[in-house]
Amino acid sequence: MDPHFQHLYDILAHAQGYIFPNEIDLQWGILIVVYPFITGLVAGAFILASLERVFKVKILKPTYQIALLTALSFLLVATMPLISHLSQPQRAYEIMITPHSSSAMAIFGFVYLWYLAVVLLLEIWFDYRHSMVVWSNEKKGVMKWIYKILTLGVNDISPRTIHWDRKLGYIITIVGIPSAFILHGYVGFIFGSLKANPWWSSPLIPIIFLFSAMVSGIALVMLVYMIVSYLRKKAIDLNVLDAIGKYLFFILILDFTLESLDQIHRIYEAEESFEIIKLLVSGKLYLTLFVAQGLIGTIIPLITLVFLQFYKHKIKLQKTMYFIVSVLVLIGVYSMRWNVVIGGQLFSKSFSGFTSFKVGLIGLDGTLMAVFWLVLPIGILAFLLWLLPPWKMVKEED
Amino acid sequence: MKFYIPPQITRLALAFAIFITLFLVLRHFLVPKTFGEYGHYRGASLIDNAQPEIHYAGQQACFKCHQDIEDKKAQDVHSEIHCETCHGPGEKHVVLSKTEKILKPAGREFCGSCHVINAGKQKSMINQIDLNKHNIGKNCIECHNPHQPWEMKK
Amino acid sequence: MSQSTSTMGNEKINTSRRKFLKTAVTLAGATIGYTWLKSSQILLFAAKPKDENLPWYGLVIDIQKCIGCGNCAKACKNENDVPIEPFFFRTWVEQYTVKNDGSVNIVSPNGGINGFEQTVPTEDIFKSFFVPKMCNHCSKSPCTQVCPVGATFESPEGVVLIDEKYCIGCRYCVQACPYGCRFIHPVKKVANKCTLCYHRLKKGLEPACMETCPTGARMYGNLRDKNSDLVKFLKEHTTLVLRPHLNTGSKLYYNGLSSEVR
Repeated sequence: MDPHFQHLYDILAHAQGYIFPNEIDLQWGILIVVYPFITGLVAGAFILASLERVFKVKILKPTYQIALLTALSFLLVATMPLISHLSQPQRAYEIMITPHSSSAMAIFGFVYLWYLAVVLLLEIWFDYRHSMVVWSNEKKGVMKWIYKILTLGVNDISPRTIHWDRKLGYIITIVGIPSAFILHGYVGFIFGSLKANPWWSSPLIPIIFLFSAMVSGIALVMLVYMIVSYLRKKAIDLNVLDAIGKYLFFILILDFTLESLDQIHRIYEAEESFEIIKLLVSGKLYLTLFVAQGLIGTIIPLITLVFLQFYKHKIKLQKTMYFIVSVLVLIGVYSMRWNVVIGGQLFSKSFSGFTSFKVGLIGLDGTLMAVFWLVLPIGILAFLLWLLPPWKMVKEED
Repeated sequence: MKFYIPPQITRLALAFAIFITLFLVLRHFLVPKTFGEYGHYRGASLIDNAQPEIHYAGQQACFKCHQDIEDKKAQDVHSEIHCETCHGPGEKHVVLSKTEKILKPAGREFCGSCHVINAGKQKSMINQIDLNKHNIGKNCIECHNPHQPWEMKK
Repeated sequence: MSQSTSTMGNEKINTSRRKFLKTAVTLAGATIGYTWLKSSQILLFAAKPKDENLPWYGLVIDIQKCIGCGNCAKACKNENDVPIEPFFFRTWVEQYTVKNDGSVNIVSPNGGINGFEQTVPTEDIFKSFFVPKMCNHCSKSPCTQVCPVGATFESPEGVVLIDEKYCIGCRYCVQACPYGCRFIHPVKKVANKCTLCYHRLKKGLEPACMETCPTGARMYGNLRDKNSDLVKFLKEHTTLVLRPHLNTGSKLYYNGLSSEVR
C-alpha cells in the first residue's frame, strides 16, 4: 500500500471520539512550527538591535551588529519552511503576482520583502558601508571585488556622506520597529484570524506572537553573543548579559501575562469549544504546554533572571546561568509555536474528538527538513560574521 | 543652500527602481490571461471545472433504451429511485452498451444497505428488515423483484 | 560622488531656478504617487457584479428522509475520482445517536459508504438520525477568503470551486473550513472539495449524490428564482444552517436539524 495511506490508517486507529473523515491527517506539520519560530527570532533580534540604536542603550552596543546579522541570517531562511511544505512549491510565485487581498497569507510575500529589502538589508548596509569601502581598499583579489559590489559602488567616505549613512540608518531603524511588529504580529494574524478554529481564533494571538517573538529573539542574541565571544576567545561582558537579561525578564513577564489572559478569557467565556480545549490542554498538550512552555520556558527562566539580578558573586556561574536561561527560553518559545500550530489541529472541528500527530523523519515535511531549516541560518550567520565582522569595523566617534 | 541628495540615496533608488520594474515586467508575463475576468481567479478555471467526464448518466439516459423498466418501476415503491442508485455509474454502458455491461447487484447485504434495521431511519421512510431474522439463507430477489418489490415472485 | 562635489561649489542659485526645482520635485512626487496608486490597483482585482441571469445555487438536506445508505458518498467518489481510502470525502454521512443518559454518540464509518450498523442497543437510545455532510457553498465562505492566490473562488452561480491548475497546496483553506469539507487530493496534490458536480450541472444533470439518493433527501435549486422547488421548500419548512454564529453565509439548509449536530 501507498506509505502515505498506511500512515493515515495508523493515525485513524489512534483517533479518539468522532472526527470529520477529512481530518485524519494534520495539514500543517513541523515545518509550520518552525516557520513562526524563525520569523519570531528575526523580529525579536531586530527589536533588540533597535533598542540600542533608538533608545541609545550604550551597554548593548557589542550586540548591535550581532543582532542585525542574526536577524538577517534567519530572515533569509524564513520563507523556506513555508515553501517546502507546499504541495505545489513550483507555484509559490503566484502569491506575489496575484495576491488575494482578503487572505491573511497573501501579503506575507510583500511584508517579507519589505522587511528584508527595506529594513534589514538597508540598515546593515548603512551601518557597514563605511567599513566595506575601507575593506575593499585594503583587501586583494576576490574579496576586494566582493566588498566593492556590496557597497553598490558608493565609495564616498567623506564625513558628510558618512553622516548621511548614520542619519538614514537611524530613519530605517525607526521604520524598522513597526515593521518588525507588523512582520510578526502578522504571522500571528494568519492563525488568529481563522474563525473556524477556536484554539487559534483570538485577537490576542498576534500580540502574543509578537511578545514571544521578542522573548525568543532576545534570548537568541544573548546566546549568539556568548558563543561568538567564546569562539573569539574574548571575555563575555557580564554587564551586557545583565542588560539583556533585564529586557528578557520584562518581556517574558509581559508575554506570560498576555498568554495567561488569553487562557483565562477562554476559560471564563467557556464557549462551545471549551470542553474539547480543556481535554486538549490536559491531555495531548500537557507536556508541551505546562511542562515545556510553562515550567521550562517561562517559570524557571523568570525565577533565574530575578535571582541573577541579586546574585553577583561567581561570574562564571552567572554566565552559565544566562546561557542556560537563553536555551530554556528558546525551548519554551519553540514549544509555544508547537502548541499553537499542532495543538490547533489535534482536535476535530466537530469538537467531538481528536486525531493524533506522528511526525515523520524524512521527506519534504519531515523532522530532518525542519532541523535543516533551523541549522542553515546558523551557517549563514557564521558566514556573515566572517564576511562582515563587527569587531573589525571602522570605529566612528559619536 | 543647495539641494543635496546623498549618493547612497540615488544609488539605492536606482537599485529599487530596477527591482520593482523587473517585478512588474515578470508579473505582466506570469499572470494568467483570464485572471480577474470574473473575480480574483482564473476565469478559464470555470471551463476547467465544467470539463470532467461524467460517470453517472442520469436516469433519462437509461429510459431511452429501457422503457419497460421505467414502466415497471413506476407501479411500485421504488419508482422514485433512479437506476444508477443500485446499478452504479452507467455512462460507459450508455456509450458502449454492447461491451460495457451494467452492474446487477444482488444479495442480502446489498439490499440491506438500505433496508437493514437501524434506529436512525424513520419508520415512515423505509421498510426495515432484521437481516438476522427475515428469511435467513434466501436471496432477496428470490421473492422480491427489485424493480417492483411487492410484485412477489412466489 | 559627483553630487557631493557639486554641492561644495558656491555658485548662487537664483530664485527662479529654485522655484523650478520645487515644481519639478512636486510633479515627480505626484507622478510617482499616482503610478504607485495605479499599480496597487492592478494588484487588486475587483470582483465583478454577479450576473443576474445566472442561477444562484442553494441546497437542502432533509434529515428526516436520510436512511444512511451511503449511496451519495459512494457515487460522489465514483463521479469525481476521489480515492477510495477512508480519508477523503467530498460528502459523507454521520449517524448521531443521543442516548437516554444524554450522551451523544457520533459515527461515520468510512464516511457511511458501506451503510451503518447500529452500534448502540435500541433500549439505550433516546433518538438517532443521519446527517449527510457536504460543502455548504457558503456565500461568505471562509475558505475562499483565505486562499492567498485566488485558486478557490465562488463561481457566478454561487458554487465554490477550486482551480486545480493554480492551487499552490498551502492548505490554508482546509484549515479555514469550519465544516471539514476540504482535503488535499493525494494524487493531484491540490485542495479538493465538493463542486456540486459543476460539470454535471453544466450538462443539465443532477449532482451525483442527488442522482443516487433513494429517498430524495437532498435537493438543489436556484435561490434567485422565487418559484423554484428549493425556495418553496425553504418557505414551507423551518430550516437551519450549520454553525450560524460563524456567519459563513452557508447555502446548505438542513430540515429537521437537531442541536447536537456540529
